[in-house]
Amino acid sequence: MTALTHSAPSRLRFDLWWLPRGILLGLLAFAIFGPLANLLLWAVTERWYFPHTLPLEYGFSFWARVFSPRGNAMESLTNSVIVAILAVAVSLALAIPAGYALARLKLPLRGLILLVFMIPQAFPNLPVYVNVARLFYEIGLNGTIAGVVLVHVTHGLVFAVWIATAAFAAIDVELEQAARSIGAGPLQTFRDVTLPLAMPGLMASAIFVFLESLDEFTGSYFVGAPDVNMLPLLLYNAGAGGNYQVASITALLLLIPSVGFMLVVERFLKADVLSRVGR
Amino acid sequence: MSKRLLGLILVLPALAVIVLLFLVPLAASVVGAFVADGRYGLANFEKAFALYTQDIIFTVVIVSFSTFIIGALSTAIAGYLTLGENPRAVAILRWLYRWPMFIPFIVVGQVLRTFLAKNGLMNNMLIGAGLITPMQASGMLDWRGIVIAFVWKQTPFVTLLLAGAMASLDRGTIEAARNLGASRLRILLEIVLPQVATTLVVGLILSFVTMMSVLSVPLMINAQSPTMITADIAFRINAYGDYGVANALGLISLGVTACVAWIYLRQTMKERA
Repeated sequence: MTALTHSAPSRLRFDLWWLPRGILLGLLAFAIFGPLANLLLWAVTERWYFPHTLPLEYGFSFWARVFSPRGNAMESLTNSVIVAILAVAVSLALAIPAGYALARLKLPLRGLILLVFMIPQAFPNLPVYVNVARLFYEIGLNGTIAGVVLVHVTHGLVFAVWIATAAFAAIDVELEQAARSIGAGPLQTFRDVTLPLAMPGLMASAIFVFLESLDEFTGSYFVGAPDVNMLPLLLYNAGAGGNYQVASITALLLLIPSVGFMLVVERFLKADVLSRVGR
Repeated sequence: MSKRLLGLILVLPALAVIVLLFLVPLAASVVGAFVADGRYGLANFEKAFALYTQDIIFTVVIVSFSTFIIGALSTAIAGYLTLGENPRAVAILRWLYRWPMFIPFIVVGQVLRTFLAKNGLMNNMLIGAGLITPMQASGMLDWRGIVIAFVWKQTPFVTLLLAGAMASLDRGTIEAARNLGASRLRILLEIVLPQVATTLVVGLILSFVTMMSVLSVPLMINAQSPTMITADIAFRINAYGDYGVANALGLISLGVTACVAWIYLRQTMKERA
């Protein structure tokens, strides 16, 4: 009997504390998932107008329209993926040698060089893109895939170089020395020992660049449009034209890779690499 | 070949991309801001201030206000993640808060435009719950929409940095303060926050710069006057091909950012001296 009277108030107190906690967490969940739920609803809506709380009719006819071979959505999707893949290829081609040099070789002004790659993230980039567009226009790069790729590479290079540098720095030098001492040349050592060990980090930097490129709006808007259509431009135009279904479906296409990456990022970016980023 | 030379050769292509595709256009925008009708002068700035003073003030106020809210919210969330006593609540919060971080700004703009509109899901749910009548429903697609979009997207980023810094603090002082009976709010504000202030300021400055250069959110949520400088720059170029005033506006936004960075640098200098 005494045990019961003792435990009852403490359990009651526990439950009472869940009240404010639950309300606050619930509000936060509403603030985060409410807008996302709205996006999902619009993506499967056929008809929805004021003052109806929920769509009047659900369906996938807009999905069929977006994915029809003649629709400009497929063109935008293809362009976006091509540009993102090329941006990853170019960024890695630049970042692997740079990252290796920054991690392994004695460089003068190493800290300053690392900071230079940060510049495109640290300045408001809109005035820069405006002038890049003008520059590209003069040399015939404006409105071409190559032009958009170059803009995306510039913006994503900080992730590529910083993560590649951290990935190379996290590799034990003795493994390379061991390979050299049993007769492997420097290039062979790099190809067979260093590169495979750095691969998870390089994969992470590739995914970062891919997502940056996929989601980039401002540069594509000035350098690409109207000749090179990309998914963010399609989203913008569909939304501006009041077609919330197509805009929401496009938004969903952009959202899925981003959220998917958030869920797996820790698998690629191990703590030993992460703790060296930016150093 | 010396290691230094080899290293420089390996870094050079990547550096060249940044110089040619970012620093050169940046310099062009600075120079271009002072060229009007083929002559050097301040004509572009006169025009920019004559037409857009209201928008410049609007931008600075909006971005500063958003930065303040982001700072308060991220401190609260990171503080609870560090000092929270209920493991289940901490786990739920940790899972919950990150979601908007990787969502692109253009998607944030679209998502919140449909959510906050007069006939958006938020008002529909408030009406459905009987909290407001349909006559009272009003859209939030003005300055409030922009602030909400910025806070929604940037808070997780600052929280992530801040929670990381708080987690690496020495638990000893926190436990000591708690044993002396200090409340958790007081521990957060007087012991934890001063030690991670640098991280908070760095996160907030990065967010400030990001918000200053986002074009999609103001275009999608509130393109009418007053709007943000970025939308004005896009308008000057698309409607008039007026690079002079666009560059002047760009330099003004660079100046605002530089002020914020300068305040930060002075602060850290003072701390080290």
